[in-house]
Order: sequence, then C-alpha cells, then structure tokens
Amino acid sequence: MRSLRPAAFVLAAMLLNLSCGSSQKEPAVVRFWGLGNEGEMVRQLIPEFERANPGIKVVVQQIPWTAAHEKLLTAFAGESTPDVSQLGNTWIPEFRVLNSLEPLDGYVERSSVIQLNDYFEGVLRTNILESTLYGIPWYVDTRVVYYRRDLLRKAGFQKPPATWEETLRLCESMKQQAKKEGVVRYPFFLPTNEWVPAIIMGMQSGGSFLTENNTRGNFHGEKFQKAFELLAQFYHKEYSPSGQQLITNFYNSFSDGLIAMYITGPWNIGEFSRRIPPRLQDEWMTAPLPSMDSTSPGVSLPLGTSLVVFRQSRQKEAAWKLIEFLASKEQSIAFYRITGNLPPRKSAWEDSSLARNRYIRAFYEQLQRVEPLPQVPEWEQIVIKLQLYVEYIATKTLTVDEALRRFDSEVDQILAKRRWMVEKGIAQ
Amino acid sequence: MKLRSGKRSLEKQTAAAWIFLAPAATAIIVFFVVPVISALGLSFTDFDIYALGNLGVVRFVGFANYVRIFETPLFWTSLQNTFYFVLVGGPLSVAVSLGTALMVNSRLTRFKPFFRTVFFLPVVTSLVAVAVVWRYLYHPAHGLLNHALAWFSIAPVDWLGDPSTAMPAIILLAVWKNFGYNMLIFIAGLQNIPEELYEASHIDGAGPWKQFLHVTIPMLAPTTVFVVMITIIGYFQLFAEPYVMTEGGPMNATMSIVMMMYEQGFRWWSMGFAAAIAFVLFAVILVFTLLQLAIQRRTET
Repeated sequence: MRSLRPAAFVLAAMLLNLSCGSSQKEPAVVRFWGLGNEGEMVRQLIPEFERANPGIKVVVQQIPWTAAHEKLLTAFAGESTPDVSQLGNTWIPEFRVLNSLEPLDGYVERSSVIQLNDYFEGVLRTNILESTLYGIPWYVDTRVVYYRRDLLRKAGFQKPPATWEETLRLCESMKQQAKKEGVVRYPFFLPTNEWVPAIIMGMQSGGSFLTENNTRGNFHGEKFQKAFELLAQFYHKEYSPSGQQLITNFYNSFSDGLIAMYITGPWNIGEFSRRIPPRLQDEWMTAPLPSMDSTSPGVSLPLGTSLVVFRQSRQKEAAWKLIEFLASKEQSIAFYRITGNLPPRKSAWEDSSLARNRYIRAFYEQLQRVEPLPQVPEWEQIVIKLQLYVEYIATKTLTVDEALRRFDSEVDQILAKRRWMVEKGIAQ
Repeated sequence: MKLRSGKRSLEKQTAAAWIFLAPAATAIIVFFVVPVISALGLSFTDFDIYALGNLGVVRFVGFANYVRIFETPLFWTSLQNTFYFVLVGGPLSVAVSLGTALMVNSRLTRFKPFFRTVFFLPVVTSLVAVAVVWRYLYHPAHGLLNHALAWFSIAPVDWLGDPSTAMPAIILLAVWKNFGYNMLIFIAGLQNIPEELYEASHIDGAGPWKQFLHVTIPMLAPTTVFVVMITIIGYFQLFAEPYVMTEGGPMNATMSIVMMMYEQGFRWWSMGFAAAIAFVLFAVILVFTLLQLAIQRRTET
C-alpha cells in the first residue's frame, strides 16, 4: 500500500492539472522541431515569445536535415509527433496523406497577425491542398542564377541573359574566349545530380509533369522533349560538366573561373560572401532565371519551409500562438538577420536590411514568378529518379526520346498505388 | 526405481536448461523470429506511405512484390553490382588478409604487435571518418591517387564519378577497411599449425613455397572456409561504403541490393517492396552458402 501512495499522488496531481487546463502555474509545453541550422537559430527568438506568453514554454528540438524526413515519418508511426514543426513545403502532400496535419484555415481567419495576401502567392499555394491550408510559410527559397560579371563582360555580355537561347550564345562565346586564353571553362554548371535545372526547364516549357489527375507521368510530351533537348545541349557542347566529381568544391571552381554560372538558392549569398576571395567580391551577382519565351523572368521553384501543427498535438492553441509569433513580419525580419533566410511576407522585404542587400533583388523578382510543383507524396521520389535520366541524357547513354519514354514508365510504376486509390475514390 | 529417478533427474535437468535458455531464447524470439516473420508477411502486402496513414488501403498482393523485383531493372543492376563486389572484393579481401597474416606471423618479422595493431586499425575506425579521407584520395584534381598516377604520366581518373571505376574504388576501400579482421583470424589459425610439420617437411627437402602449399594451406583449410563464408555473407550486404561515398551513383554503378532496399523502405516507405527485397537477398546468400558448403564437402572426401 505504502508504495502505491506516491503513484496515487502523482495521478491526483495529473488529474488536477488536466482539470485546470492551461493554468497559469503550469505552463503549456509546446514541442517544436526545427530542422538543420534553422532549428539552432530559432532558439534566439524563443525567449521573447516566452516573455510575451508566460503561460507557454517552448521546447526546441533540432533535427539535421538529412535525417528529418525519416524522423518525422517514424515519429508519426510511433505517435510521437511534435506540436509544431518546420516542414519542407514539398513534404506537405505526404504528411497530408498521413492525415497528420491540422488544417489552419480557421486559425488564420481568427488571426490578426497572419494575412495570407501578404505572402508570395506561388509559395503560399504549396501549403494548400484541396483548398485547405496546412502550413504557414516560414521562409522562402527559390532558385536564381549566380554569375561572374567579369567573365560575362569578357564574353561580350554586359547583362545576364534573359532567355535560354541567349544563354546558349553566351556559353558558346565563353567557350571560345576560354580557348583563346588556354583555360578550361564550363560556362554554366548544371549538376547531373540535381533535379532542379531539369525541372525548371520542364516547368518553363509549359507542359504539365503529370496527367490524369496526377496518376501518370507526362514527361514524354512534346513540350518536355523540347526542354530536355535544351538541357542536353549544355552537356553535349560541354557548357556544363556531365560528371559529378570534377567540381567537388564549387566555390573554388567558381573563383578559379572553371565555371561562370550556376543555378542555386539564397543560402549561397552568405556562402559566396565568405568563400569567394575578396578580389572577386564585386564580380559576382545574382539574376532571375532566363526563360524559354520572351517573358522575364523565367518561372522558378517555390521552395522553402513552412510551420505546421500536428493533428495529434494537445496544445494546438499554444502551438498556433508560436506560429503566429514566428510568422509575424517583425520576427521574419529578425530571422532573416540571424540566418539570411528570406521572409515569405512581401511587407517584410521593405525593411532596410533586405532592401540594402544587392544580391537579394533577384530573389524578390524571381519570387513573383514561381509556380507549384505537382502536389503528390511521390513527387520527391519522382524527381530523384529523374536525376538518373538526366545523367543518362548527359552522358549520351540514352537519347532524350528514349530516356523520357523509360522515365514515364517508371513514373507510372511509382504512381500505381495512387492510381488505384484515385480509381477507388479513396484519394483525390 | 533407479531408472525412474534417473528419468526424473533428467526431466529436472531439462527444465533447468529451459530456464537458463529462456532469457536468450526470449530475446531471439522477440527481436529476431517475430520481426522476421512479420517482415515475411509484410513482403506479401503493398504496405507504403498511404498505408502508414490509413491501414485500410493495405492490399494483400501475393507474390506481386517479388515479381516486381524481377521486373525492376534497378534490381538487376544492384544484383550485378553486388555480385561484382562479392566476387572481386571477397577473394581479394581473403587474399590480402592471408598475405598480411603470413607476413605478420613470419619469424623474420619484428615488431609483430605493432603491425597487428596497425593493420587492425581500419577495422575499428568509423567508416564515416575513413570515407572523408578516402574521398580526398580519390579526388580527380587534388587526390593523392591521381597524383601518383601522374608520375607515370597516366591521365587523371575521376574515380568516384566514372561508372566504370566507382565500384573498383569502393572495393579497394572495403578491402582496406576490412582485411584486418580476417587477418587476425588467419594469424590465430597459423599459430595453431604445429611447428613439427614444418620441421618434418624441411627435413624432407621442402622449400618455403612447397611448405606453404602442402603444409600451411591444408592445415589452414578450416580457418579459410570460415573466413570465406563470413566474408561472402558480409560482402553480400554491401551498404555503408556506397552509402557514404557515392550514394549508389554514378548512374547506379555502386547501387547494391541492401542500398536499394534501404531507399525503398526508409526513404520512400515502400515497406512491402523493401521486405520482399530483403528475402530475395536472403535467398541469394543462402544459396551461395549452401553451394560453398557442398564444394567444401566434396573437396574433403
């Protein structure tokens, strides 16, 4: 009996606690999972939140990016998801299928902090599935061209190219220039182990990647053929290296002039400032993507991460408060200052710290022209498969036509379960 | 009476044996037998990411996963790569282990414990740390390996980037990383060979080579069988080396069966398909091991 007493006491205390709900004495604990560097840096913002909300305590857990996806899935399987998490916006469809995300429309309606029309539309749309909102963008990421101004000038280009046709001309002229100088140069680095260039060109060609309610691949369509023929030219004319290992340290290669252009994201602004030698600091710049047609800029990707509330959370109100805090204009500017991550709210870009940064202009322009990718859980699997076929095309192992035909049948295989579920009416 | 009491004491002993076995047996059943049986069950379903969210959409698919494995080109590529690794890397690893064991065990060698430790070091070093160094060795522009080739005016090779050299590069790493373990077993085997045999053969006029062929090799046969079998089984499960060095690339040239299984299971959550791959690999290893045993028996008789 005696040994039972402490247990009974604890039980009683728990019951008491439950009946009080979020009483002032016992703060509501919000478990927040932050990914990678962001998970570390966000800790600096939390004290202010806790001061403003004495009833809430935030426990931040940092998870490395490479393990995050698996960790979140296993957490779901083990019913131990956090209250709030940072989530790559391309993962939202997957967690939506698991029915693990709390719809946020109701919260937004009641909120005085979150105004959806302040967000970049293309990015916001990645958070909406079947007209339900599942995430609030935390920071945005899109892809632009980083280039060497001096090398472009030498090749006779004062401005970065606006179209891909112009880009090809630029590459050819750079190649000639390099030959004259007796150096090796790959003007435009399009890594074969990245799906980004291929998907960007595909998007710009105007075709849709998947058909029949996102249940079949459509890469073999005429428009993608054109896009991939364009991509293939870069490899076949050696405008870009087709092996992966030649450029192990991209920053050195960029500084050495082995490459002059590269499509990448905002985190590289900081990296370039640190890693490019001082003599070249005035010679690199960012520019929006070239386009397939004459419209400018060319369409790019709406990437970034969002903040989500898990459905199993017992602290949804407190969790939402944390999201409101982190997503506010002021905090997204503060977060930009400590991490360099770009705010998803247009109003935040008026802040002087962003307006002053000359490298950021291109991202602002580019973010006006981003379009969502197909929102199916299999998408990541599809694009990773695509890399292999880009490699096949780059190394001339397969022709563009053959590669895309084979790729489509692989996509159909990946989407087989989804097809069955759509036919049965279980999935949309 | 006597008989009965004997029987009773035997019963008692059996009961005691069961009690002593229970902890180990329970652990094996809970952590091995049950998971293996559930995995076998899983391999007959299409358990995937959708099923994780809603168990209602799991379908019993019979042998469909197995059929799909054989229809997947990537599986054949992985199988081919795995065999390449096992058939080239396995014998090479055993040969290197035996060679170093002979050298370390030789009467002429000094500082034996030092060499034993040095050769064993790669085994206990973390592969991830080793991989960082080896990636530098293999670097196409700054790597030591290409530097060495340049002395013989051989053009630089993109070791990990070229599909034709990626697997040899992985094999080299794996052999270097693992030979120390088998070396120790070989040394133990060598030390068990009675010195008299060498003396006798010496008197009979056998030189070192003949001694090696007719004394060392036959006397070492049981050790060799063990080492070969363990190596082959281990090498079939190639995973960590390509995982940290090449992620299965370039162009799937280093994609192994376990690597493929990991991707399917933990990256894409196609657990049914991944489980089926596991059992196919099990069957492959089983066939190989039985084959080896059969060959061994035949050579013994």
